[in-house]
Amino acid sequence: MTNSFADFAKAKMIFVIGSNMTEAHPVAASLLKMAVIGGAELIVVDPRRTSLVDLANLHVPIKVGSDVAFLNGVMNVLITEDLYDKKYVESCTMGFEELKKKVLEYPPERAAAISGVSAEMIRDVARRLAAVHPAMLMYTLGITEHICGVNNVMSCANLQMLLGNVGFECGGVNPLRGQNNVQGACDMGALPNVFPGYQRVDNPQAREKFAAAWKVEKLPEKPGIMIPQMIEGLLDGKVKAFYVFGENLANTEPDIRHVEHCLSSAEFLVCQDIFPTETTRFAHVILPAAAWSENDGTFSSSERRVNRVRTVSAPPGEARPNWWIFKEIAKRMGHEWEANSAQEIWDNEVSQYAPSMAGIKYARLEKNGLQWPVPSLEHEGTSFLHKEGCFTCGLGVLAPIDWIPPAEVPDADYPLVLSTGRRLYHYHTRTQTGRSQGLNELLGEETADISEADAEKYGIEHGEMIAVKSRRGRVVVKANVTRQVPEGLVWMAFHFREGCANWLTNPAYDPITQTAEYKACAVAIEKLA
Amino acid sequence: MKKAIFLLNGKETPYRPGQTLLEATQAIGFHIPTLCHLKETTPTGACRICLVEITGARSLMAACSTPVAEGMEVFTETERVHNTRKLNVELLLASGKHDCLICEASGDCRLQELAYYYGIKELKFSQDEKFYPTDDENPFIIRDFSRCIRCGRCIQACNELVVNRAISYGYRGKDSKVVTGGDGPYTDSECVFCGQCVEVCPVGALTEKKAKGRARAWETNKIRTTCPYCGVGCQQWLHVKDGKITKVTAVEDGEPNMGRLCVKGRFGYDFIYSEERLKTPLIRENGNLREASWDEALDLVAGKFKEIIAAHGPDAIAGVSCARSINEDSYQMQKLFRAVIGTNNIDHCART
Ligand code: SF4
Ligand code: SF4
Ligand code: SF4
Ligand code: FES
Repeated sequence: MTNSFADFAKAKMIFVIGSNMTEAHPVAASLLKMAVIGGAELIVVDPRRTSLVDLANLHVPIKVGSDVAFLNGVMNVLITEDLYDKKYVESCTMGFEELKKKVLEYPPERAAAISGVSAEMIRDVARRLAAVHPAMLMYTLGITEHICGVNNVMSCANLQMLLGNVGFECGGVNPLRGQNNVQGACDMGALPNVFPGYQRVDNPQAREKFAAAWKVEKLPEKPGIMIPQMIEGLLDGKVKAFYVFGENLANTEPDIRHVEHCLSSAEFLVCQDIFPTETTRFAHVILPAAAWSENDGTFSSSERRVNRVRTVSAPPGEARPNWWIFKEIAKRMGHEWEANSAQEIWDNEVSQYAPSMAGIKYARLEKNGLQWPVPSLEHEGTSFLHKEGCFTCGLGVLAPIDWIPPAEVPDADYPLVLSTGRRLYHYHTRTQTGRSQGLNELLGEETADISEADAEKYGIEHGEMIAVKSRRGRVVVKANVTRQVPEGLVWMAFHFREGCANWLTNPAYDPITQTAEYKACAVAIEKLA
Repeated sequence: MKKAIFLLNGKETPYRPGQTLLEATQAIGFHIPTLCHLKETTPTGACRICLVEITGARSLMAACSTPVAEGMEVFTETERVHNTRKLNVELLLASGKHDCLICEASGDCRLQELAYYYGIKELKFSQDEKFYPTDDENPFIIRDFSRCIRCGRCIQACNELVVNRAISYGYRGKDSKVVTGGDGPYTDSECVFCGQCVEVCPVGALTEKKAKGRARAWETNKIRTTCPYCGVGCQQWLHVKDGKITKVTAVEDGEPNMGRLCVKGRFGYDFIYSEERLKTPLIRENGNLREASWDEALDLVAGKFKEIIAAHGPDAIAGVSCARSINEDSYQMQKLFRAVIGTNNIDHCART
């Protein structure tokens, strides 16, 4: 996020798009709701009538996968009605003319036809946003889990720059990161193209620096492959050994049947985890790891805050800290690593080599942690980025973006749209929440959430078992007839193996980030005899 | 501009216009006892424990809800103040079943502390009082109305701190009670089991089912950590007895959650104690997994990696790191892939 959670509670104008934060990020939602009961204006853009809508001034019931068209429509109004922040655009951004040309192709009427939101509402959104400065934009996976995820993100950024909202407290573009340490795993360079601190592997200076730090002659310069290609690689033999640390790919990746076929083809699969999972069933070697509260370390939250995690007890049996396991494998491959604790790894390596974290040391993290960039030991951390519109890399780029439909859209055979996400009482594939006493009592099985209209059309009663099928699979699951879901949409989660949405989801990916289109595919529902 | 000043027990004291008496005294570190007051929420003035005497005012005033006025003369420790506060504590004690000996909250109870501080000599709880039945139909929260002092903190927390709006006051006068929408159990209401009401309840009326009977407050030590679930990064206190977590509460002044947690963060901690944990390395042999030593397992992995690198090059190995685990683990894994194996084929589910 460009900004901080503290801003959520203080913002005056809040624009939430593609985020069901009351269930996926409940405490963030609480902070935001505090601002709203304190008088802030709230606009919620979501195909579903999520519970946040109860508090919203305006719910924009957008069609799944039409975000770019809708946002272009809003920007069209901002420009044609002269409501955008001209001073900011002139002094802080570049590319305005190209953007203008593009969004002029999306008058409200055209945006309305694509997004299902009325032209009047599009105008209303634009005028409301222009009336309060700064407005704070939040999004979650409703924006990114599309084949056009990157375009969606850039459109959000376009909107916020056009309104002059980036670089201020209670403004900015704020993706809520799904998992506790997605931010951190990115920061640490668990990505195919960057070293820790986002230093690119194709940059010779960066390679030289890390080669010296890690005492090796050279480092690979070609960016690596991403998860979908890794999984495909198991099938075509390009990937011979696959090392899976902690992820339950057999449930979380789209099209489970295919993913399991790939995993079972692996020549050598190593799984490192705290529990047996659907994925470890395919492993050749399983390494038992220490869990949360069984070792010291740090997490980095969505607001770029590095926080301490502390030890309560030793891991069970022979389980060991993950960092120790990697160090031991390195040793057996001829590399002696010095660091012998998470603190040594951070203090002596991470903060030495990642300039944005240079000022972060364990000793400084005793209380509230620090928000990077923290360039020096004296620096207090950064609560919001791009102060006053001064972008770190020069001018903010306004990019012209076209709308494209989802990879798979409804047709006669599969007439409904399936969209997926998380529910409050569980986390991902339930390896943790399913084993925490009580949570299964609150939510014990998957459901397919459908609209009252579709329930009537198909003669389905609330609570009845139905089949949901796509071109990739079929699940039998309980129907949850709810007002949250509009006609034509089926909504499911992936917490339970039985009825997991990923038997159905489409393995189509954003070309740049390789994020799968979990939010849109075509399905049919069937009443069981 | 003239500095804003009021008189606190005869002493000139600065304040910021708009501050309540309680805020102004807290700002200079001066203590006035409170019970119903809940930071960040609208004062309700329900408990009358924070009473003070103000020159010119006929009755005693609640410090938590009285704004400071210029030159105001305030006395916090007069005999009248002391006696009234004491009487109010006595009334609260008599209003319910405050048998600390068997109460889950003992040792972590504001009323118990106040009774001790004000030197209450005798407990007289009315034997004939009819209480509402206890609600414990859910997995996490026990609501025992016989101990409820109607301070309203749970209502303030639910409505103003977490804004889940599941509970409010119901009924009138001496029948008054904290109720959900239809006065049913939590399970039939808007309640989302964040447990914030339990966290702020100053007595034993709201307690945690999972923590029941596990430890007295003075037997635990508290370890600060970060929630293992979503990307908000809430700060938690792990209450630990004999090396085991007995319950989880929020760090009151910890960024970003400032005292809040959700259902997963508060109640989803005990997966680590599951019997299903992986406890030893396992190696597949003839289709079945068998237990192995670390040396054997690690040698096998390193050996196989070396073999594959020799035969197919380093890019034939790929790895996925974990977005749940600590930074240092991801750092080590990418270092293993880049510096030791020699490939950039390292990723994690960055996009979910
Ligand atoms: S658990 Fe949370 S939602 Fe339920 S009543 Fe208590 S504060 Fe409200
Ligand atoms: S349940 Fe606890 S917090 Fe709520 S009114 Fe009763 S005593 Fe106060
Ligand atoms: S307590 Fe809830 S909101 Fe906070 S980090 Fe944990 S899961 Fe997220
Ligand atoms: S704390 Fe002031 S009336 Fe309760």
